[in-house]
Amino acid sequence: MGIFDYFKSKNEPTSASVAKERLQIIVAHERGKRQQPDYLPQMQKEIIEVIRKYVNIGSDDVQIQLENIEDCSVLELNVTLPDQA
Amino acid sequence: MAKIIVVTSGKGGVGKTTSSAAIGTGLALNGHKTVIIDFDVGLRNLDLIMGCERRVVYDFVNVINGEATLTQALIKDKRTKNLSILPASQTRDKDALSQEGVQQVLNELGKTYDYIVCDSPAGIERGAQMALYFADIAIVVTNPEVSSVRDSDRILGILQSKSRRAEQGMDPIEEHLLLTRYHPERVEQGEMLGVADVEEILAIPLLGVIPESEAVLKASNQGTPVILDTESEAGLAYDDAVHRLLGEDRPLRFLEVPKKGFFKRLLGG
Repeated sequence: MGIFDYFKSKNEPTSASVAKERLQIIVAHERGKRQQPDYLPQMQKEIIEVIRKYVNIGSDDVQIQLENIEDCSVLELNVTLPDQA
Repeated sequence: MAKIIVVTSGKGGVGKTTSSAAIGTGLALNGHKTVIIDFDVGLRNLDLIMGCERRVVYDFVNVINGEATLTQALIKDKRTKNLSILPASQTRDKDALSQEGVQQVLNELGKTYDYIVCDSPAGIERGAQMALYFADIAIVVTNPEVSSVRDSDRILGILQSKSRRAEQGMDPIEEHLLLTRYHPERVEQGEMLGVADVEEILAIPLLGVIPESEAVLKASNQGTPVILDTESEAGLAYDDAVHRLLGEDRPLRFLEVPKKGFFKRLLGG
């Protein structure tokens, strides 16, 4: 770093730290997906279909996640219902 | 029983073949009978990097199909004792490598060799999966760059789920990170991911860091594995990595930027 660089903005994160942050997020996301059982996407689809029989929801309105905490698996289902008119 | 090492990465162009050639040669130089197999069916290149392209008569697929014996297909390295190369086929048939065929060849090689180095093709298709399936040890070659790191993590997932060791519930494949094309200057300037960053993201033990070096292109131009260039930083860094693979404790080198003089520092550049 030379004397001229000294006056440049100091608060801007370096491109390497941006890269690291982006990687940490995407890698964690992809690892989570990898550990899911193969049946999860199909199950999510079928759950959406069942809910749709009663309430009109979009395919993005159901979040499904399987978490393993020690020897216990938790299936978390998050359904966003539309605002009632 | 021979140890099977896969050199893999997911992404292309990161230095798999260069690393396979260097590490295979290094193992042989240390007295271990070693064979390097090119798994890149259709895009054979290990022969060029090893400088034996004009001696290829039969290849890996010929052996699998029973058109040649292993002895006929193996090329003995002329420079290094204890070292042989099994070239890839130039066939365009992507399914030429059958799992049974590969297993048979590996079993046969295992009788005479201490180390079998499998040079994986890029990608996560059949060729790459065959190269890693039977591995005991994986060397994941990664550049300090976003797409390479992400692809390496993808390959780690495959090693942990689709290899023989994973499928048969054996001890997992021993994973090693080999960081290549490293620019200490750019890391210092915050323009490139550092060793610690990549280690933190991939969370596997570090086997070595190979600095970006003109010697690598020079070596491939000449068909000599770069590890034989003992004047170059890249050659010495590969030598360190081989010794670490063999269980020796060696400190990392070539990660520091050479100190500049006072005026150069003052004026930058």
